[in-house]
Amino acid sequence: MTSEPFGDLIDRCRAAEDDLVRRWRADVAASLRGRISELELDKELRELLDAVLSAVATADGADTRSAAYGEVRALLVDLSRARALQGFSPRETAISVFALKRAVRESVEVGPEFTAFSDVIDELGLFTFESYAKTREEVIANQAEQLLELATPVVKLWHGVVALPLVGTLDSARAQVVMEKLLQTLVDTGSEYAIIDITGVPAVDTQVAQHLLKTIVAARLMGAECIISGIRPQIAQTIVALGIEFGDIATKATLADALLLALGRIGVDVTAEMSKRGL
Amino acid sequence: MERLPILKIGQMLLVSIQVDLRDDMVVALQEDLAERIVETGARGVVIDITALDIVDSFTGRMLATIAALSRVLDAETVVVGMRPAVAITLVELGLSLDGIKTALDVERGIRLLSPAGGAAR
Repeated sequence: MTSEPFGDLIDRCRAAEDDLVRRWRADVAASLRGRISELELDKELRELLDAVLSAVATADGADTRSAAYGEVRALLVDLSRARALQGFSPRETAISVFALKRAVRESVEVGPEFTAFSDVIDELGLFTFESYAKTREEVIANQAEQLLELATPVVKLWHGVVALPLVGTLDSARAQVVMEKLLQTLVDTGSEYAIIDITGVPAVDTQVAQHLLKTIVAARLMGAECIISGIRPQIAQTIVALGIEFGDIATKATLADALLLALGRIGVDVTAEMSKRGL
Repeated sequence: MERLPILKIGQMLLVSIQVDLRDDMVVALQEDLAERIVETGARGVVIDITALDIVDSFTGRMLATIAALSRVLDAETVVVGMRPAVAITLVELGLSLDGIKTALDVERGIRLLSPAGGAAR
């Protein structure tokens, strides 16, 4: 059953399986420093070893891209995914695979056929690292998306008045999301006034101002009016120094002032409204 | 050729654009609208573009031309129901449609043009 390049290495590995897994586990456990339980690790490695040995024993044993390695690849994807999500470093992940080489060398008498086996392990190690990197990229992409959503809530302040509290730096990508979300909310809620609060924006440069102006002009085209609020003294100085013109766009120092302005323009009588609701 | 219907409501004319605009339809609309404003003595024109989801610079200019044309004939134009994507496109094209009034929907547009509503905004 053993294929040519590996001689009877596979059979000898099978015979020494317990000793092999013990050494392998010891090596891996040392690098993971107890962040995974021995029992869990033992199960994981035993499963992997079994799959690797079965795959190597097939006719295409030397080619890790062959169908025989399907199960091994699936196990390695699971392993690297789990490691990436648990926050292990690339080295700690890769060592789980590469340590198998040493374990085999130490627990089994090896001859020249070990080179072929070593090549297979190297391939598998690289594959593990690749899928580890892929998982990490997915995690980062997810976080970036979540952050984008988190950072752009549109809140309703009154019937027909919505507010957009901006927190954090406005770059082009974010400005685009903010713009689309605000305009969509205007349509969905039928609001005629939007207050853009920039208290949480650390700096206003010409680019940020440009984004704000575009949003406001687009809102006007749709029939809604925007008010900018939360302009801090330093920001006001920057705006003047940069020569940014807000034109006839209403600007207010605080969100409260902006809300008052919007309510006034709609013609809401706050006290009458409160007594109507029994407050 | 297909022509866009122009509806008269009181002192106003309502044009609702429901189909994809072709350039010849736009030219015909401008002519028809000018004629109808004179004929009916309308004081306002409401252009509803809720169904319009694609705009180009030609459409943008059409809106500006209609507004200018109505102003000469002493009627005010309100563009209503512009979709966010359309608004963003127009801004990116550099068309801010200065001098055109806008409203979120037809109802608000009509209120804006009626003598009492116009003052509130």
